[in-house]
Amino acid sequence: MTANGWFQILFFLALIFLVTKPMGVFMARVFSRERTFMDPVLRPIEKLLYRVTTVDENHEMRWTEYAVSMLLFSLVSMIVLYLMQRLQGYLPFNPQKFGAVSPAHLAFNTAASFTTNTNWQAYAGESTMSYFTQMAGLAYHNFVSAAVGIALAIAFIRGIARRQMETIGNFWVDLVRACLWVLLPFCVVGALVLVSQGVVQNLRPYDKVSVVEPQQVQKLDPNGKPVVGPDGKPVMDTVTEQTIAQGPVASQEIIKEFGTNGGGFFNANSAHPFENPTPLSNLIELFAIFTIGGGLTYTLGRMTGSPRHGWAVWAAMAILFLAGVTVAYWAEARGNPLLANTDQRVTAMQPGGNMEGKEVRFGIANTALWATVTTDASCGAINGWHDSFTPLGGMVPLVNIMLSEVIFGGVGAGMYGMLIYVVLAVFIAGLMVGRTPEYLGKKIEAYDVKMAMLVVLVFPLVILVFTAISSVNGFGTSSIANPGPHGLSEILYAFTSGAGNNGSAFGGITVNTPWYDTTIGVTMLAGRFLMIIPMLAIAGNLAQKKYVPPSLGTFPVTTPLFTVLLIGVILIVGALTFFPALSLGPILEHLLMGIGRTF
Amino acid sequence: MAKKKKAIWEWNIVRRALLDAFLKLNPRKMMGNPVMFVVEIGSVITTALLFKGGTAFKFNLQITLWLWFTVLFANFAEAMAEGRGKAQADTLRKARSETIAHRLTGSNGKLEDVPSSKLRAGDLVFVSASEFIPSDGEIIEGVASVDESAITGESAPVIREAGGDRSAVTGGTRVLSDKIKVKITSNPGETFLDRMIALVEGAERQKTPNEIALNILLAGLTIIFLLAVVTLQPFAIYSGSPQTVFVLVSLLVCLIPTTIGGLLSAIGIAGMDRLVQHNVLAMSGRAVEAAGDVNTLLLDKTGTITLGNRQAARFVLAPGVTENELADAAQLSSLADETPEGRSIVVLAKERYGLRGRELSSHDAHFVPFTAQTRMSGVNLNGFEIRKGAADAVYAYLTQHGREVPSAVKTTVEEIARSGGTPLVVAEKTRGALGVIELKDVVKGGMRERFDQLRAMGIKTVMITGDNPLTAAAIAREAGVDDFLAQATPKDKMDLIKKEQAEGKLVAMTGDGTNDAPALAQADVGVAMNTGTQAAKEAGNMVDLDSNPTKLIEVVEIGKQLLMTRGSLTTFSIANDVAKYFAIIPAMFAGTFPVLNALNVMRLQRPESAVLSAVIFNAVIIIALIPLALRGVKYHAMGAAALLRRNLWIYGIGGILIPFIGIKLIDMLITRAGLA
Repeated sequence: MTANGWFQILFFLALIFLVTKPMGVFMARVFSRERTFMDPVLRPIEKLLYRVTTVDENHEMRWTEYAVSMLLFSLVSMIVLYLMQRLQGYLPFNPQKFGAVSPAHLAFNTAASFTTNTNWQAYAGESTMSYFTQMAGLAYHNFVSAAVGIALAIAFIRGIARRQMETIGNFWVDLVRACLWVLLPFCVVGALVLVSQGVVQNLRPYDKVSVVEPQQVQKLDPNGKPVVGPDGKPVMDTVTEQTIAQGPVASQEIIKEFGTNGGGFFNANSAHPFENPTPLSNLIELFAIFTIGGGLTYTLGRMTGSPRHGWAVWAAMAILFLAGVTVAYWAEARGNPLLANTDQRVTAMQPGGNMEGKEVRFGIANTALWATVTTDASCGAINGWHDSFTPLGGMVPLVNIMLSEVIFGGVGAGMYGMLIYVVLAVFIAGLMVGRTPEYLGKKIEAYDVKMAMLVVLVFPLVILVFTAISSVNGFGTSSIANPGPHGLSEILYAFTSGAGNNGSAFGGITVNTPWYDTTIGVTMLAGRFLMIIPMLAIAGNLAQKKYVPPSLGTFPVTTPLFTVLLIGVILIVGALTFFPALSLGPILEHLLMGIGRTF
Repeated sequence: MAKKKKAIWEWNIVRRALLDAFLKLNPRKMMGNPVMFVVEIGSVITTALLFKGGTAFKFNLQITLWLWFTVLFANFAEAMAEGRGKAQADTLRKARSETIAHRLTGSNGKLEDVPSSKLRAGDLVFVSASEFIPSDGEIIEGVASVDESAITGESAPVIREAGGDRSAVTGGTRVLSDKIKVKITSNPGETFLDRMIALVEGAERQKTPNEIALNILLAGLTIIFLLAVVTLQPFAIYSGSPQTVFVLVSLLVCLIPTTIGGLLSAIGIAGMDRLVQHNVLAMSGRAVEAAGDVNTLLLDKTGTITLGNRQAARFVLAPGVTENELADAAQLSSLADETPEGRSIVVLAKERYGLRGRELSSHDAHFVPFTAQTRMSGVNLNGFEIRKGAADAVYAYLTQHGREVPSAVKTTVEEIARSGGTPLVVAEKTRGALGVIELKDVVKGGMRERFDQLRAMGIKTVMITGDNPLTAAAIAREAGVDDFLAQATPKDKMDLIKKEQAEGKLVAMTGDGTNDAPALAQADVGVAMNTGTQAAKEAGNMVDLDSNPTKLIEVVEIGKQLLMTRGSLTTFSIANDVAKYFAIIPAMFAGTFPVLNALNVMRLQRPESAVLSAVIFNAVIIIALIPLALRGVKYHAMGAAALLRRNLWIYGIGGILIPFIGIKLIDMLITRAGLA
């Protein structure tokens, strides 16, 4: 680890600290429909949208109506994306003349993936998706799935803030305002800044260039399998030309980070020089990932009248973030102990440590930071290969997702996920101080605990059950590239990433199979919608409750003690659920590496 | 019911509990407790597999036995808690034994003897000296002294009389003197005694809202661990190290929150029981929980905050009067005054001025008693006429006899009134005003400290008094209450409760009169005095058998203690899992992957001993914590933050560390004994 590396990490956290309050205040104003400086431009557009769609912006919804509106919207959007993929051959903006996305389970998987803000990609963008699908299908979902997440978080916060009210807001208004006020303006500016760093933005066909040194490579069939000649030897091809993919990348890149979507325009994601060309673009993209998640903590504090509570939650997130990045950075900078005779030191000429699968322009610190940030938030973008991390370094992203991505978290999803933990923490704490538990003046009762437990159950249910089935059946194990504990980590990571709506891949596993496409698709849908419904039920229930003024006997949710307790609950719930699985995956692999066995 | 603290391990309770522990194995009963139900199913499965035979019989047998012990220990804890109530119920049942009632039939005034179980609400009965009162009722004629020790444990008889707030009588108590006519107010099976028996026995015990919430949390955790353990087998198979069912069930039982799951209902029962120990009957567990949440306590001034009576605090002389003169006159005027105020004047004269009591009948004294009209009392003695009384009454008396009232006396009177005291002017017909006696409310010792504690707990105290605002303010200041309601009428009380509740606060109050009944019903916690009217007792959700209004404070503490015990043991139970993972996971897989022994931080001897130690620890901790569950976590009056920090240290950090030590010790023990 280097001072420079640490400086970059802490500088990044300082930026997030600085943006939290302005972003939080802005979002609170937007969703409380107070005036903002953008109203003169955006208000007419908003009104027009409501007139066209016949939405009554003053209509307030109960949680059930809110949930049904959200589900219908997501369902229709998902079907549209599915059809768009299947019909892209007939649609415009397709200079590469890509046919339908096939097989059907891949299109289903992708539709589920983008609707749930997961952006799990079982396809390679540059060789599968037309520009039209990328822009009108995938980027559209990048915006609206993020907006849905923000809307839900705001609805939950309203549930806490409101007193004896039946309603938690209007889904359509929250959705539109999240898109128009929060996402679009930032993305317009952000995309232009990324273009300045060299991110491409065009609709041109792919460039063909002659390579400097022709190369011999194995010939592959359309399924990606090596072609074998009659003599049993692989058929070789001589490559003299390289295709350089193009596209409207910058506009998609910025929302991919800002909406914590993570689905790369290219298969190499943010490791690709056209997506993330410079250390500065790397910092901008990281900043975009945490901005909304950080800001929402302040929005929570402001809308519930307790800004200090917002900061207490922020602090819990920041501490967990630092813990994760420290372990990842340490594990990667330490390098591979089995390569003791190789020079892994930091020098002026090399970054040192475990550089396998990392881009030299980012180095150890920025790759470890990226892996931590993208898995703290549910942004599945990668700028290095998690599969190539050391076992402990690779465990950090895995554990981050297993904690259900509440460390700043996916836009909105991180906030409402965190609030579920808060409800549980407050429940236990309330009992320990001898009061029936209350949270910001709202009693936490059996119904709330029941719903919170339903939310918590979703994760172990889909992750553990699907991983277990995959690990003992041929259709599951045949996809993994590495045996032993590393293979188990690969399967575990895939389902964890799906359930957490993260979308990053550990790699080393072929996921475009009927089994994985379907089950990961189901996992993504469960990880999103099965969690949202009980979460909204809590919001609706809290909104109806009477406000109980705090007294000295009330456990304060604004103190460092609360922060510590919250961290404790997150770690205990996560660790107890996944420790057995982790101990046979990355932990075992780490220990075996110590005695010289690798996978 | 004796008030002394019961020992936890009383032999006859333990004996009954041991038997009950087995009876409670009935799966239908176990289903109410999802955590322990899972353990029971696990025990049944391992027992069945044991008969199938196979290797490692000795290990499997021990695991199976300890799994059964886990269930039995939990049942035993519950039975212990119930047993304490049952013992009390038995005592109460004796009091309920069938008696003969003399029932008034029709309008002709004839009496017939019927068994008490035939009495219905509305019947009229006569009860004479040394007879048991057959059922709950209200005295409509007569006055009697009643022995209520069967219910209150207090042997001194109490007076019950028709009309007013002392008219309620309870079935099973005994009339000691006189004869009363009682209107029965309960039907058979619904009497106070019946309800009390049901309550202490826990027969009608329903889970309280908070208990239900916690049960859901525990059930949720159980499902999570079930998933974690069930899916571990495929991972183990993948890793080439499949596990036996015995080990998997052991892991499951160790992980699910058996400690709190096993003790949860015991904690609830014991909470009610603790109230009973304080001679308070809660009509529902919900009320006990609400007590822990109370934000505002309404306390009657008289009897709760002050000793109940005003007492003479000092004598202030009129100009030209000596101390002895005034003291002498004050004493003489009060000798026949049997009111506590009068007695306190005599006491003050004796203590301060050395005047002994005198026998006055020989002096041909004529006492003038206090009446509401004259508002004075006094004595006519040897031609002197000494009077004491309310200032304006005495002023009028003096003016009538042509005496001026010195301005110094008037000033004194005003000063005393302003400071919250009650001035009594002493005068003699010919000499004029002699001086002023200051009567003061005496605040009970230690009240200020109690109110400070309550404030630290975040509870606001409001004193309710019929006094004028000036007096009320002075006493409130002296006692250290947060607020007061002066010249309170029942309606004012009700309005205050509603106002507090509208702000979302929970209100507790005590009351005894019929006019308190609406307020008692409105309050979240209404403690009716047992001496109070039937209406009050029915309106409240608790009855204090000692009729001690101060006890409200203890009720609040018991409510808090109940919740704290649940929370603390839940934290402890979950924190325990960390050590259990470190004991069992390496034991499961170190055979295939010796490197995993790095996780065996306790350095447990062998895989078998490690698993067995964890299971034994998990079972034994339930027994070890029974006293804590029954007594409750100690409550300290401090702010919530400090309390949480304290409990997190003890039960959170302690919960993580203790099993590491415990499991290690058990491992050493069973290895030494050759059990594994």
